[in-house]
Amino acid sequence: MADTFQLEIVTPEKKVVETRAEEVQIPGKNGYLGILPDHAPLITELSVGEIIYRGRTSEQRLAVAWGFAEVLPDKVTILAETAERPSEIDVERARKAKQRAEQRLASGDPNVDVDRALDSLHRAEARLDAAGQKA
Amino acid sequence: MPNILDIRRRIRSVINTRQITKAMKMVSAAKLRRAQERALAARPYAHMLTNVLKSLVARADIYDPETGEPKHPLLAQREEKTILLIVVTGDKGLAGAFNANITKAAMRFLESKEGKNVDIEAVGRKGRDFLRRRFPSAKVQTRSLVDLEESIEAAPEAGERAGTIQITGEHVGILSQVDFAQASALAQNVIQRYCREEIDSVYVVFNEFKSVIAQRLIVEQILPIEQVGEQTVRLAEEPTEEEKRRVREAAISAGVGMRGTEGAPEGAAGFGTAPVDYIYEQPPADLFRALLPKYVGTEIFRALLESVAAEHAARMTAMDSATNNATDMIDSLTLAMNRARQAKITKEIIEIVSGAAAM
Repeated sequence: MADTFQLEIVTPEKKVVETRAEEVQIPGKNGYLGILPDHAPLITELSVGEIIYRGRTSEQRLAVAWGFAEVLPDKVTILAETAERPSEIDVERARKAKQRAEQRLASGDPNVDVDRALDSLHRAEARLDAAGQKA
Repeated sequence: MPNILDIRRRIRSVINTRQITKAMKMVSAAKLRRAQERALAARPYAHMLTNVLKSLVARADIYDPETGEPKHPLLAQREEKTILLIVVTGDKGLAGAFNANITKAAMRFLESKEGKNVDIEAVGRKGRDFLRRRFPSAKVQTRSLVDLEESIEAAPEAGERAGTIQITGEHVGILSQVDFAQASALAQNVIQRYCREEIDSVYVVFNEFKSVIAQRLIVEQILPIEQVGEQTVRLAEEPTEEEKRRVREAAISAGVGMRGTEGAPEGAAGFGTAPVDYIYEQPPADLFRALLPKYVGTEIFRALLESVAAEHAARMTAMDSATNNATDMIDSLTLAMNRARQAKITKEIIEIVSGAAAM
């Protein structure tokens, strides 16, 4: 049994990650999935959250918004709308976005699109989590 | 007789102009290279998405088995009463006929759809300025996409029409740094209006750019989606041989490669299509529903990226011709100047000789 698999994370703008990994955790729509080598083939939609992958030596985190993953025994490919490393995240902006979304949800204004406000809130929270900042 | 000093001044001025056009050409070439790389980098995602969708089409029963009608609203065809046209031009001029050609194609398209209501989304300052002079703005405008986090509200309901053809949105200044979030926000807005049946079809007019030598102006249908992964081109205009030759020359002299952005990137082709039984975490039909809007986003993103590359290529070509013209002008002015100088010398000699003969 192989002890690593090929991991690729692709966004519309570029290939973010192309590496061998021992384990990856992805935020599936129905909950987090931990994936090890030789996993059964699987296709899932991702929700907002964090991808955590471990190579031989180090562990990496990425904040993702909506995405999509294909798992094969020797390869995991993740299509994500955005994937940011902790160092790339604008913490200040995420915090502001979080505040704004919370205000909107709290305002009770019927014009607010609740789904989008919630999405925005989750995105902001995922970014802050990945950046290691407790909001 | 032309004054030698005047000619000399003109030559100096033309040399200065040539220096500027040459610099602009090199700058455009560098930007073109970058734009091409970005378009290339965007391909794997688009390819993978398309492949998954294709394989899902087979697995999820998206067509009603009895009537053959598609179940997804983005696939449904209905009678065209209101059309949305996205016009992608550049923000800046000095790019030859680039902007003019696009607006011309847009006008031609509008003529072909005469009698129908058309909403226009203008991307790029040049196109917006042109369209603004001709058509009224709708009362409710699509928000410009500058700050995305701000756009949490739903798209406003369309009010009364300002005219048969109206401008519903202007997006200026997004082309210098195209990012996917902007394309996706525009796509979401368009999809929302489409699903509410405010619009019955969506077209984009833009300059397609596969490589320096393979580009054309097209009107592409984005919604309804006729076939996933297939472009639905409604109107295409190939550049003339003369134009192609000029672009090629400009590219060679600026050192830009001919490498295209076509072709499936390695590894992308197999995505989601391996001959195995996947476990679907969600039902295929749900996945399909979630993915289809993203597909529209990538189509718009591609249009923006290619348009940017084409704009830089057009500017590079225009500046290359300007540089060549300046060189020609310098040559002919230098000739004129030498003639004038020689004529002056000859005249002086004649004067001296005839003066000596008279003594």
